[in-house]
Amino acid sequence: MEEDNKINNEVVSEYTLRGILKEVLSYKAGVASLIILLFFLGITIYTVVAFPYSEAIREWNSSSAHLKKPRNAVPVWWGLFSGKNLPRNIDVTFNSNEGNPIHKEFSFTYDDFPTEINIFFKAKYSGDPPIVKIYWEKPDGERMLLEEHTIRSEEDTLYLSNNFSLENRLSTDIASKIGKPIDFSITVPRALFMKYSDKLEVLKGDYKITLDTKFANKNDSLSGELVIYGKLYGIAGTDHLRRPIQIALLWGTPLDLSFGLGASLSITFLELIIASISGWFGGITDSIIQRLTEIYMVLPFLPIMIMISLFYKLSIWSLLFVVIILSIFGSGIKTTRAMVLQVKNLPYIEAAQAYGASNWRIIFLYIIPKILPPVIPNLVASVPVYVFLEAILALFGVLDPTQPTWGRVLEDAFQNGALYKGYVYWVIIPSALLILTAISFSLLGFVLDRIVNPKLKEL
Amino acid sequence: MKFIIKRVLTLFLTVLIAVYLTIVIANAGGYVDKIAENEIRTNIVMAMKDNPNFRNLSTEEQKRFLEDRVQHELKKRGLDMPFPIRSLYHLKNAMVLNLGRAMYMTSDSGSTLVKSIILERLPVTVLLFTTATVINFLLTLFLGLRLSRRYGSFWDKLVISLSPSSVIPGWFYGIFLIMIFYSWFHILPSGGLVDYPPPSGTISYFLSVLKHMVLPLTSWIIASLFLGIYQNRTFFLIYSTEDYVEVAKAKGLSPRQIEYRYILRPSLPPIITSFALSVISSWTGAIVTEFIFNWPGLGQTMSQAISYFDAPVIVGVTVIYAYLLTITILILDIVYAIIDPRMRIQG
Repeated sequence: MEEDNKINNEVVSEYTLRGILKEVLSYKAGVASLIILLFFLGITIYTVVAFPYSEAIREWNSSSAHLKKPRNAVPVWWGLFSGKNLPRNIDVTFNSNEGNPIHKEFSFTYDDFPTEINIFFKAKYSGDPPIVKIYWEKPDGERMLLEEHTIRSEEDTLYLSNNFSLENRLSTDIASKIGKPIDFSITVPRALFMKYSDKLEVLKGDYKITLDTKFANKNDSLSGELVIYGKLYGIAGTDHLRRPIQIALLWGTPLDLSFGLGASLSITFLELIIASISGWFGGITDSIIQRLTEIYMVLPFLPIMIMISLFYKLSIWSLLFVVIILSIFGSGIKTTRAMVLQVKNLPYIEAAQAYGASNWRIIFLYIIPKILPPVIPNLVASVPVYVFLEAILALFGVLDPTQPTWGRVLEDAFQNGALYKGYVYWVIIPSALLILTAISFSLLGFVLDRIVNPKLKEL
Repeated sequence: MKFIIKRVLTLFLTVLIAVYLTIVIANAGGYVDKIAENEIRTNIVMAMKDNPNFRNLSTEEQKRFLEDRVQHELKKRGLDMPFPIRSLYHLKNAMVLNLGRAMYMTSDSGSTLVKSIILERLPVTVLLFTTATVINFLLTLFLGLRLSRRYGSFWDKLVISLSPSSVIPGWFYGIFLIMIFYSWFHILPSGGLVDYPPPSGTISYFLSVLKHMVLPLTSWIIASLFLGIYQNRTFFLIYSTEDYVEVAKAKGLSPRQIEYRYILRPSLPPIITSFALSVISSWTGAIVTEFIFNWPGLGQTMSQAISYFDAPVIVGVTVIYAYLLTITILILDIVYAIIDPRMRIQG
């Protein structure tokens, strides 16, 4: 502790915001941290303006909004590194008023197979339901009947890639066509898009799907959408529930940063006030506060946080309050109190006492402003601690699961074995955001420390 | 000795208050009361089962009889009193680690007592934590000392510029280490304590544990290495400008002697102080590191208890952590007293 006093005893007094900014910009680290912070500020403003919170929450927690998105798809830019042209989603819409049977063509020029193939039907009928015959035509002219499907309800989905009888039929058929032993399994998406050889390869070209519908009534109609699920989606990919991860990353930015900033701002200021009271009044107040900080040292912070958030099911903002309560008598009090003891005997404080200023006036108007500058770097540098705390609580699964945050994404990734199954993007992107936050705040804290404590520059 | 006894007493008081706070917090939802009541009920049911008179009663009567006995027992132990008095009963139980029975979890030996679940996991936690702490301390101390000799060199600048990396916690590096060394290179296990099935020989068992410790230890050490070296080096630099160091140089002592006698020795107390703070806060990281690496210690017990919502285990683990923190502080106090003679004299 003595060393801290040695460094802090030159309390620098006067700074203007512009002056500090100018000094921060004179460090490379300062410029870097400000650029990153501006980036986050940009994301925050964009998110808040363009993507209302209620909408984000609804989309994040809806199970039906994402049916037509691929599962566990990698981000589009991530696909560039794979060296292959990975498939994107192909949507083919059809409507029976275009004529019957319906012929639809689309081209498939990707290097990899799609993940799933579903057909979403919308039917209007009275009496007997329509019966659809689905034909598939490959670029080489081969035509096959995939399925004869009786529509089950007004909104019906045909999961072609989960259809085991179709898979069995196609794979025995194709195995006999190849005529050589093969070392891969034939799934429906592979069967529909592969070249018939003993090496697994995509047959590129124009495909054709034909829907031949038998209506019971003249006025019946059938429309819908064929979705060929790709492996790429958006800027952050999708998760195991097909949700675009970018929703959580976008809204996680304001949520996580305000959690971190809120915690570190309030804890620093409350500690400042408590330390000033402790140092200024001395005597019994001082020793009570000192004993409290010692008890706080022994309080197991994380287990208590987990216990509280699990037993009482708090939202992230009530948890913020708990974090503050559990941290205000932290070890920061001791260093700040030491500074108060030095400031306490300065002549201007004596002058204030002489003109009859009250204790509170002295604490809030004369002591705190004086010791504020050396505390600011710590305030800035401790923001990431609380951002990571949010991630920890999310990882332990004790946070409100409906709130989209960075920690939430990490937890989902962790729970679903992303580390082991190779869904690297799922871990890397939220991690990168956490790292950027950590680095920017700690660099800024580091630079501010150098500005406020000029003695550090020598070492 | 007097100093140590005094410290033990004050620390006992602090842990008493810390555990009391834990109980108050947990019992705001009535969880501690429920734990105590369940314990009593289980004991009574056990005793009843062997009683032939009880078995002859009808189900309805059995139930009423049981309820009577439970209420009686609660009254006898003072658990029908208002919370401030009741809480003292809970406090006493928690302090002697009488933590009740788990709702779903069992220890490996099959016991449902929270105490045995925790005591079984404790050594595993202590093993990882102590190893990491000791390696960390020695590494930052000696690398810091070496760096202070090469003040302003390339390595010095490198360590300074890498020191912000410590803002990222160890468990976070752990995620990346798992991805690199397990998922990518397949050379180290992703977690756990030993291979499955555990090797039979003592030496191969030990080696297997060692192999599983590499990644957790590395993640832990990376997180504090650069900042630790940087801080220690700064302490050494401050002390190497003292007058008595100049005198020692003038006397013609070898640089090595100067370093160990006049720089290392006086700078140890402040180094230990800052190290102590980091050790205390690293208990938080320890819980998460164990969780990430599936290390079967207290942290993992905590995460299992969360997934089962096993309230007694959660309260129990929290109490144990209060004890562990206290013991850590006591050990650091003793180390401090050994290194700084002034502490011993002042008491």
